[in-house]
Amino acid sequence: MKKIEEILKERILILDGAMGTMLQRYKFTEGDFRGDRFKDWEHPLVGNNDLLSLTQPDAIAEVHRKYFEAGADIVETNTFSGTTIAMADYFMEELVYELNYESARIAKEVADEFTAKEPDKPRFVAGSIGPTNKTASMSPDVNDPGYRAISFNELRIAYKQQVEALLDGGADLLLVETIFDTLNAKAALFAIEEVKDERGIHVPIMVSGTITDASGRTLSGQTAEAFLISVSHLPILSVGFNCALGASQLVPHLEVVSAKSEFAISAHPNAGLPNAFGEYDETPEQMASQIKEYLEKSLVNIVGGCCGTTPEHIKAIADLVKEYKPRRPLVLN
Amino acid sequence: MIDQKTKYLKLSGLEPLIITPHSNFVNVGERTNVAGSKKFLRLIKERKFEEALDVARHQVEGGAQIIDINMDDGLIDGKEAMVNFLNLIGSEPDIARVPIMIDSSKWEIIEAGLQVVQGKCVVNSISLKEGEAEFIRQATLIKRYGAAVIVMAFDEVGQADNYERRIEIAKRSYDVLVNEVNFPPEDIIFDLNIFPVATGMEEHRKNAIDFIEGTRWVRENLPYCSVSGGVSNVSFSFRGNNPVREAMHSVFLYHAIKAGMNMGIVNPALLEVYDDIPKDLLEHVEDVILDRRDDATERLLEFAETVVGKAKENKVDLSWREEPLQNRITRALVKGIDQYIVEDIEEARQLASRPLEVIEGNLMTGMNVVGDLFGSGKMFLPQVVKSARVMKKAVAYLTPYIEASKDASTSAAGKILMATVKGDVHDIGKNIVSVVLACNNYEIVDLGVMVPPEVIIQKAKEEQVDIIGLSGLITPSLDEMVFLAKEMERQQFTVPLLIGGATTSKAHTAVKIDPVYSQSVVHVNDASRAVTVVGDLLQKETSDNYKKSIKLDYESFRDRFLNRTKQKEYLTLKEARNNKLKLDWNASEIKKPNELGVQVWEEFDLKKLKPFIDWSPFFRSWDLHGKYPNILTDEIVGEQASELFEDAQKMLDQILEEKLLKAKAVFGLFPAQQVNEDDIAISAQSGANGDSSNFIFRTLRQQLKKREGVPNIALADFIAPESSGKQDYMGCFCVTTGFGTQELAQEYEKNLDDYGSIMVKALADRLAEAFAEYLHKEVRTKHWGYALTEQLSNDELIDEKYRGIRPAPGYPACPDHLEKITIWEVLEVKEKIGVELTDSLAMWPAASVSGYYFGHPEAKYFGLGKIKPDQVADFAERKGIALKDAEKWLAPNIVEN
Repeated sequence: MKKIEEILKERILILDGAMGTMLQRYKFTEGDFRGDRFKDWEHPLVGNNDLLSLTQPDAIAEVHRKYFEAGADIVETNTFSGTTIAMADYFMEELVYELNYESARIAKEVADEFTAKEPDKPRFVAGSIGPTNKTASMSPDVNDPGYRAISFNELRIAYKQQVEALLDGGADLLLVETIFDTLNAKAALFAIEEVKDERGIHVPIMVSGTITDASGRTLSGQTAEAFLISVSHLPILSVGFNCALGASQLVPHLEVVSAKSEFAISAHPNAGLPNAFGEYDETPEQMASQIKEYLEKSLVNIVGGCCGTTPEHIKAIADLVKEYKPRRPLVLN
Repeated sequence: MIDQKTKYLKLSGLEPLIITPHSNFVNVGERTNVAGSKKFLRLIKERKFEEALDVARHQVEGGAQIIDINMDDGLIDGKEAMVNFLNLIGSEPDIARVPIMIDSSKWEIIEAGLQVVQGKCVVNSISLKEGEAEFIRQATLIKRYGAAVIVMAFDEVGQADNYERRIEIAKRSYDVLVNEVNFPPEDIIFDLNIFPVATGMEEHRKNAIDFIEGTRWVRENLPYCSVSGGVSNVSFSFRGNNPVREAMHSVFLYHAIKAGMNMGIVNPALLEVYDDIPKDLLEHVEDVILDRRDDATERLLEFAETVVGKAKENKVDLSWREEPLQNRITRALVKGIDQYIVEDIEEARQLASRPLEVIEGNLMTGMNVVGDLFGSGKMFLPQVVKSARVMKKAVAYLTPYIEASKDASTSAAGKILMATVKGDVHDIGKNIVSVVLACNNYEIVDLGVMVPPEVIIQKAKEEQVDIIGLSGLITPSLDEMVFLAKEMERQQFTVPLLIGGATTSKAHTAVKIDPVYSQSVVHVNDASRAVTVVGDLLQKETSDNYKKSIKLDYESFRDRFLNRTKQKEYLTLKEARNNKLKLDWNASEIKKPNELGVQVWEEFDLKKLKPFIDWSPFFRSWDLHGKYPNILTDEIVGEQASELFEDAQKMLDQILEEKLLKAKAVFGLFPAQQVNEDDIAISAQSGANGDSSNFIFRTLRQQLKKREGVPNIALADFIAPESSGKQDYMGCFCVTTGFGTQELAQEYEKNLDDYGSIMVKALADRLAEAFAEYLHKEVRTKHWGYALTEQLSNDELIDEKYRGIRPAPGYPACPDHLEKITIWEVLEVKEKIGVELTDSLAMWPAASVSGYYFGHPEAKYFGLGKIKPDQVADFAERKGIALKDAEKWLAPNIVEN
């Protein structure tokens, strides 16, 4: 199979769209989330989307399949909350290895199906590593600014476990995403380096931050460029932004990283901004017309979707992207 | 290979710092170093971290581009102090914007520091002192943590103290780092040891020049790396003679920078401008630094005696204190510095003719800068929070003066008419704005609630007001405001119009009101903004420009809004109905209510409602935002919130004890079926003889095009149609706690106690909501009885974690108010409990809540959104009313053309 680094030089790769948005369509009930295996679990499980990899694996595979059919080169594993830290909400810390392993395995199986059908367009699985629900460089308590709810080491250990399971399950790449606190991301990158070192392997890493508001900063206060500098110490495959904003609002921040980074640039924005009822109502056509600006300005090498995006969005983007060359110059190590 | 030109040393705090060959010398702040600053050491020892942060802040304000932090002292727990201090810096955006240099001789302190900083730091320092293995281990970790590193010219043998040893150790360190650790060469900074000169020891004579030449060699032979050093060491032997030290530092830097030293630790207060050094002193100093004469040291020592040793003021840190008063106040607000604000405000107060001028002038000028910076994304939230803190401190200082000066009658700054429009009875927000404006010396003409437009027009003329402020809470009020604006235009009014209230929005104001009134129209939704807006509108010199800019702003907002709304896709009513919510009527049993029919509670004990009160909206009505109970301990509003809460409790207890308000309720549960897709037919018993009669509730269906799998909902979807073969049920209700409010409020107003008057109304509103919550619970668990076993805490109730909903006409799921009339007929609300509907279908007394009950487990709150004319026409026909009337009542929800 051709290496992703090589393919990136030839064309723009398509990342999948939202998993959560697709899962909502199944209207899974508490019972569906539990399945047989967890029917007696003491705590409510509805909303634990990562768990569906164990209790509704067919649905997860079906979502991956729809995204590959829509033209995605890379799908993300259903593991956004797959750390002991995030799983503590459901008292499922013990299941973290299995959740990640199974999620990667399911995605890889579907990816292999498609690669076998279309060997010229190999499909990849990115192990999704979310930000967790705690933040290492900000205090949750306004009266105690020096307090931290989580330490670097706690994050590092949790991430390491997730990374090992994702790789064991067959993930081809790792995607550290929706980074609202750069220190959390640095702990994830540290953990990945440890695993790579211990196993003597190379794994392409994608890093994706989140700019949360009009100030153009991450939640933890960094500008796009400061964020870029803070995560550029390792030989990553790509850096970029996802979530929080719609495609158009990301342009100025992508321009900054695109001009200043030797890594590939990725973007997977939301389907616009949520409306008054918290729904994303931007159509595939509307989103693609904004993505066009990325392409005309030659800002990206990898593009996909985050909250509110669907296979229809990804298809619209994939169709559009075909006509454009990837961002250059791109110098990879 | 990476393009050579990108291999720059790049560091980051919240902002980037990129050091290129063209960058000026990078100044590292050194005052946050316990080894270098006695003051800082004392602060850390005494755990005065707040003041220690000020030291860091002054460094950054003084121009330090990196701050060096060192906690190495035998008497402090260095690791704990480092972590704590770095965490605190993380919460101070004005400090954290620059990169951090983590400085320690202990690896464990360095590593602890690296684990708490998000940006790319510099480690100060590592060396080959403990051998190559340890050097490699530490460098590998530093790389993994994502930091740059200072490498000391130190090895197993000792510290490099001459030219050859400097380049030998530098070369060896560089090769190990680049070739074995794969450390990015641009992230390596050498500290080639700056040692004192002019010590009298022969072997120290070349200390400066060897450093300078070593630097030159390193920059020429070890690509991409940087050279740094602690400059003050060089002048160590002239401690006490600052003019000489300052000159020595400047001369040393002048030559070292030319040789390639690109960063360093320099105390800016101990630095003379090279060109300003007197010629004779310069010559003597250069002789020493560059080792140009054998007797250079003696000659400088001799000359130094003649130089007056006068300590120079630390100008850099506090130079802003010498700026004009307004600049100082603005800067304190923008930077969130509260240290000097009282002294500056006192100065401003003495200059002002009235203390209020300080708020309106000096402080508002500063806050406007803050607002602009925030609006344009140049400041962000934590900084604005700090600005507010300074503002609060300033206002608190001024308040006693303002209160004192109120007695001495001052002429009002302007006259403002305030009114809640016809048909609307809600006035809490309007009253708060009135009070705040009155505090700011405006004369308020308050016409109260339900004020017909002709009265507003007439009073405005009579009183010759400067501004008219309109308020409204229910949606029909929006049209009243439009009507009034048209009327003002027709009668050639020129005064600005302010629009406020829960249902108003900038969008509605821009799209519907602004175009029909050629003068200024401003949407103001909180009291604090009202003061600035009114000030700007009435400020004679600048108001023309402000008015023009407002007009332009609303015009462009309107254009953007209309363009945006055009992009939305809507379904026809038929398509929307095809995509209705299809519930499985066999999935769960439909519970027949235990008690069908209408019930009335006339003398309900209000005390039962106390635990059901949701306090968060109470605070919101006072412009205090936050969730109860956390708001009571909130850093900013906590004190105010606590005080308010205490007053509220006192008044509430009095109301409950003395039964000052009356609570009444009427509710009913009825057999119901979904009919004609969107309607609900119920059979109720009405009239004295208990005849059964049928009523129909009309509901509206979402028409915005949804994603695949998401239905277009109407409330009727929650009720089973006859075709399902199931008998379904629904309910409706009206509760009030408003009787008595008016009298109480008037009592307070008579005593000029606006605070009390607003408080009574706010409490009555909360009690009405609590009553609705309480009644809903009783209905669920007893009268309907589908949730017999429900056990929910008050918080869970407020979060609506129960089965079933109680949507209210006029709110998002059913925004049309007309159905209230049907509820009034079904329950005979007016006859039974005396609550009436106004022309605009607002309830009177205002502290009342009415709505429907739906019990299906899938029933949920939703927003109708916009609907299309086809549904309006269909609705009018179903309801048997004129299309014109339907359009009037549904106007806020009809898609714009």
